[in-house]
Amino acid sequence: MMLEMEHLSVRFCQGQQAVTAVHDFNLKMDEGEVVGIVGESGSGKSVTAHTLMGLLRRSQVEVSGSIRFQGVDLLTLSRQALREYQGKELSIIFQEPMTSLNPTMTIGAQVEESLRIHTRLGREERRRRALEAMALAGLSNPQALYRCYPHQLSGGMRQRVMIAAALVLRPRLLLADEPTTALDVTIQAQILDTLRDINRKEGTAILFISHDLGVVKSLCQRVVVMRRGVIVESGSVEQVFYHPQQGYTKALIAARPARKKLMGGVEHG
Amino acid sequence: MVKTLAKRMGLLLLTLLLVTVLAFLAFSIIPGDPTSSILGVDATPEQVAVLREQLGLDLPIWQRYWNWLSQAFAGDLGTSYNFRMPVGQLMAPKMSATLLLAALSFVLIVVISIPLGILSARHAGGWLDRVVTVADQVTMSIPNFVVGIALTYLFGLVLRWFEPGSYTSATRDLAEQLRYLIFPALAVALPRSAMTVKMLRGSILSEMGQDYIRTAYSKGNSQSSVLWRHVLRNAMIPVVTFLAMAIADIVAGSIVVEQVFAVPGLGQLLISSIGNRDYPVVQAIVVLVAAVVVVCNFAADLLYRVMDPRLKGR
Amino acid sequence: MSGVKKRINWYFAAGGVLTTLTVAYILLGMVWTPYDPGALSAADRGAPPSLAHPFGCDHMGRDIFSRTLQGAGTTLTIALAVLVIGCVAGLVLGALCGYYGGVVDGAVMRLCDAVAAFPSILLALVVIAVIGPGKYNIIAALGVLFIPSFARLVRGEFVKYRDRDFVQAARLMGVSHGRIIFVHILPNTWPVLLSGLAIGFNNAVLAEASMSYLGIGVSPQEASLGQMLSEAQSYMLTTPWTMFFPALVVVVLILGVSLLGEGLRERMGDGL
Repeated sequence: MMLEMEHLSVRFCQGQQAVTAVHDFNLKMDEGEVVGIVGESGSGKSVTAHTLMGLLRRSQVEVSGSIRFQGVDLLTLSRQALREYQGKELSIIFQEPMTSLNPTMTIGAQVEESLRIHTRLGREERRRRALEAMALAGLSNPQALYRCYPHQLSGGMRQRVMIAAALVLRPRLLLADEPTTALDVTIQAQILDTLRDINRKEGTAILFISHDLGVVKSLCQRVVVMRRGVIVESGSVEQVFYHPQQGYTKALIAARPARKKLMGGVEHG
Repeated sequence: MVKTLAKRMGLLLLTLLLVTVLAFLAFSIIPGDPTSSILGVDATPEQVAVLREQLGLDLPIWQRYWNWLSQAFAGDLGTSYNFRMPVGQLMAPKMSATLLLAALSFVLIVVISIPLGILSARHAGGWLDRVVTVADQVTMSIPNFVVGIALTYLFGLVLRWFEPGSYTSATRDLAEQLRYLIFPALAVALPRSAMTVKMLRGSILSEMGQDYIRTAYSKGNSQSSVLWRHVLRNAMIPVVTFLAMAIADIVAGSIVVEQVFAVPGLGQLLISSIGNRDYPVVQAIVVLVAAVVVVCNFAADLLYRVMDPRLKGR
Repeated sequence: MSGVKKRINWYFAAGGVLTTLTVAYILLGMVWTPYDPGALSAADRGAPPSLAHPFGCDHMGRDIFSRTLQGAGTTLTIALAVLVIGCVAGLVLGALCGYYGGVVDGAVMRLCDAVAAFPSILLALVVIAVIGPGKYNIIAALGVLFIPSFARLVRGEFVKYRDRDFVQAARLMGVSHGRIIFVHILPNTWPVLLSGLAIGFNNAVLAEASMSYLGIGVSPQEASLGQMLSEAQSYMLTTPWTMFFPALVVVVLILGVSLLGEGLRERMGDGL
């Protein structure tokens, strides 16, 4: 097993109050697997991903359970040791491609940033690998884009830049936190294709988080349904979609605007 | 880019011209004739007429403006009524003291406020941040000249680190000048530094909350490399603009603070010229400050464009 | 969230207490001073603070407490008058420019930008050079110079609101422009205007104090804080209280209002 999350619970502490965002979450993933987490907004799916990625401020959250990645419990690592995984073994792309890139840094610098942090490669080699990653992420003219700034790119292109930056070190696991929610439907389909390609070519495992069942169904092999911080149901895509066991999952499937989705109704999480 | 700059430049020159017109008009419509303050009340009408002709006061106003402007462009800012010498010659030695003071103040502001702002933002909510925030709010509320008086008292009279009033334009040695000017410069710089600290802190904190910071952390950046490589570049954009715009206020602050420390600069000249109704001098100083303002705004604009790629080519 | 709430209270409370204290102090000074602020007393020359003279006496034996009472009153009167002129004229100008836009708006705003870019103390000095010193001239000079900053502030708000749905709706319903400006849009600008007023007040106090320090302020017969400080400077080694108390009054006056303004901005939601 590449990833084993066991009894993961996350509580946000604000002064005297504490809110449980995720409770007793369990998930196992193999190398190269594509797994989806589905749930409505506030179900704890993003918090799970951010916890796995080590992005939550340790002073503000209480985390219990374990996240074993390639045999190492990430939750027991020091901040510094955790950084060795971030961007190298584990990468993440976010929902907001418009704001997730640094406005004053060139695309090239942002794509190769993980290389600069984690390797001792020279400038030319970094550039070569960045261009390669950009091509892998489906950017058609990496050479020209290398010197551009984010504001010169469309939302879809920025999301591809994010993907390129996440993939530049060929991580074992890519977390995709609603990566297509903010994009329109055609672009959404293209990005999903790109992710599928990457999974096939590079063998990168993908943990795909979405509120959109259709998207998860088309991309993932297994799916976890979450509600209010708890796993409601999990299993293979076929099992969950065609033979849902839980009322909530059924309701979720029923509530989906079947087929009309493609007509352009973009939902927001 | 070049086109925009040319346009901005043109606009700024136009502003400057407008200032000269306004200044000229203002000093031309003042009731009372400069001749009476030069010659005294018991001058004969003939004397007055001769002087009026000498000063060019008999010409129509637009012609006087044109003469003044063309001469100003040639470097001749007119003759002081009071000192009977060319304004340029009168101003030159004073200008160096004021400009030195303003420049030193600017350097101090940068040196004081940028580290403090960063430190305060880094430890936001902690005790250090609280101390800085409170000190900041108080410092901001102290007028320049009051800071100056307090510094004179503490460092000049009690600790005797410098001798108040010992600065003269004859003090040739730059090091010696700077050693004296550091205190008035502090007086000019402290309130403005407080504002800058506050602004930088706010700017850093608001950048820290941006989505791209999360991205930076996800790549394995440490806290300090997120700060230095990502946050500061973006957080400095508004601060640099603010600083460039503040130069005009720094010059004004210097003019007031000069009085506190008896620095014979433009401030003293301005105050005495206002008292003596020596309008060519006042006018020249106003135009000089206007030029500083205009150039600084232009520089601020330029810097803003250089620092923020989103504005490049616009 | 609880942390933020605490801070609002803190700024507001501190600002409120300081401002209330200074205003009470100044109001007291307007009806009563322990001594005649101008009265000389040879016996009390340079007297240190005591029960009879809580702030001590200056080199001419004048009671500092009485003089700061009077001086702070003068400063406050001037600052308030300046604010009234600047705010009312700026409000009208900014509202009209922001609401109607067009060429006039462009020209007026250019002019405002130019004036606002100048240090106001310097401009005020020049205006005083032209029209002569005195309390009313200072009010006029500073008042006029404060118009642009208010005009820009109000204009910005009006531009923000003029195309909002509620304004459009009012227009469609046939509400007159004047009513839209004053009844529909103006109330929305209060939060921004109020914090602008706090900043403006402090700038006015600062300008008045600086000018009277430079000796280009109110007439020398009337006590003013700046002038007291200027005189105290020559004697501050021997009688530091002549410097300390007027300075304290100026600082507390400005600090109180700036804390209030800060509290206001926090409440409005942008911490900057």
